[in-house]
Amino acid sequence: MATRTERPSRFGRMFLTLYDVFQFIGRFFKEAFLPPYEGKELMKQCYDIGYKSLSLISLTGFITGVVFTKQSRPSLAEFGATSWLPSLVGIALLRTLAPLLTSLIAAGKVGSSIGAELGSMRVTEQIDAMEVSATNPFKFLVSTRVLAATITIPILTFYTAMVGMLGALLNVSLSEGTSAKAFFQSGLESITFLDITASTVKAILFGFTIGMVGCYQGYNSSKGTEGVGKAANSAVVIGMFLIFIEEVVSVQFFGLFRT
Amino acid sequence: MQEKTKTSTSEKVIEIKGLYKSFGTYDVLKGVDLDLFKGENLVVLGKSGTGKSVLIKIIVGLLTPDIGEVKVLDQIVDTITYRDLLALRLKVGFSFQNSALYDSMTIRENLEFPLVRNQKQLTKQEVSSAVEEMLEAVGLSNTINQMPSELSGGQRKRIGVARTLILRPEIMLYDEPTAGLDPITCLEINSLINEIQERFHTSSIVITHDLTCAKAVGNRVAMLLDGKFERQGTFEEVFNTNDKRVKPFYDYNFIQ
Repeated sequence: MATRTERPSRFGRMFLTLYDVFQFIGRFFKEAFLPPYEGKELMKQCYDIGYKSLSLISLTGFITGVVFTKQSRPSLAEFGATSWLPSLVGIALLRTLAPLLTSLIAAGKVGSSIGAELGSMRVTEQIDAMEVSATNPFKFLVSTRVLAATITIPILTFYTAMVGMLGALLNVSLSEGTSAKAFFQSGLESITFLDITASTVKAILFGFTIGMVGCYQGYNSSKGTEGVGKAANSAVVIGMFLIFIEEVVSVQFFGLFRT
Repeated sequence: MQEKTKTSTSEKVIEIKGLYKSFGTYDVLKGVDLDLFKGENLVVLGKSGTGKSVLIKIIVGLLTPDIGEVKVLDQIVDTITYRDLLALRLKVGFSFQNSALYDSMTIRENLEFPLVRNQKQLTKQEVSSAVEEMLEAVGLSNTINQMPSELSGGQRKRIGVARTLILRPEIMLYDEPTAGLDPITCLEINSLINEIQERFHTSSIVITHDLTCAKAVGNRVAMLLDGKFERQGTFEEVFNTNDKRVKPFYDYNFIQ
């Protein structure tokens, strides 16, 4: 027989929330990799998160490439080093700009959408309806969305880097008349295996964070329409905040491997 | 209106003993004892906020009791493993007050959703037939390719019931089945509840504060007063009283 529980203090509630978050993450690893698998829903989420973000990512990636190249040119020109522009843009895009830009856009677009969708499903008892029909809603809703974000954000990151390079190429070829072949040769030669690895790891981490924060906020949203708005908002704010923290930590970490 | 009689069976499918549930400092259930017998429709009446919905959410394990024992089909709900709870939920259908249809799916997908996940041996053709049969049972075959947002309140209620029934549960829990519906649709829902009892041999708990519904579908009525079931019996037995907490309920519903 269960015993009657007392309401915990504010301090206690903070620890309970932390415990809840870790339990949520732990449950994801348990549910995501054990059968039955929700393959169809995973594909749908990859399409929604990845494919449907392409136009936004393309536009921002391209503009970033153009603007970054344009802004960097005067500084390099002072040292007569404008020929380094392709390498500079390549390294900047791959190491930091692409992962960060893609993740911040995804945190806004995908994170808020996951938070709002799951939040409204919670409020309208659709998650409870899945529970009582002997279906595991965590597996169907959370595991698929977190996995999809973790898979698609790295792909989008490399896509952003590529589109950004195209933007830079446009700017460089118009200003310096550099050919595409020379631009990419120069731009890619300074990129190392460590750069690619670091970028991939960061993008995986950012994707996981966006999916996890959006799902946690939506899945545990409080009752009412206010709760839905709060879930969407927190998914974006907390997601972006964590992405910046992770960026700082990962830069420090991968810096240890650079000579 | 014809009042229903008590069922004669003594086999219990749900047994609740000394159930307490509170939210923060607000005590909702204060020692609830209740039995549901096989094959009967038990109507649970009570004012809004008295814990009627909380009670059935505890029965399906959506909420846990603070104190007390809830036994469903001989299993104590809050002590069984999650896997056993999922297996138990296959035998207990829950119809939500606002229907809780998955609004991103069509009606066909709504009905297929629990079936394909719980009866994996079924072929695509069998799943499709089961969906069509169930929609026919609730009289809404024509809505199969529609989205939930295109349906009326009454239609959504029926689809919600169909989605629950597709797993052929032994026990049905209806949360406010007639809330927010017009009188004609209410009558249709009442008939549907009785039809389900006869056709699928279910035992049901119907949560409501609609006395017309209670009288039409209930073999037995239990009234939740101050967190406890103080009055249980047939409709007549429960309302044959001058109790000031009970009488206004009857007077309002039957315009006296």
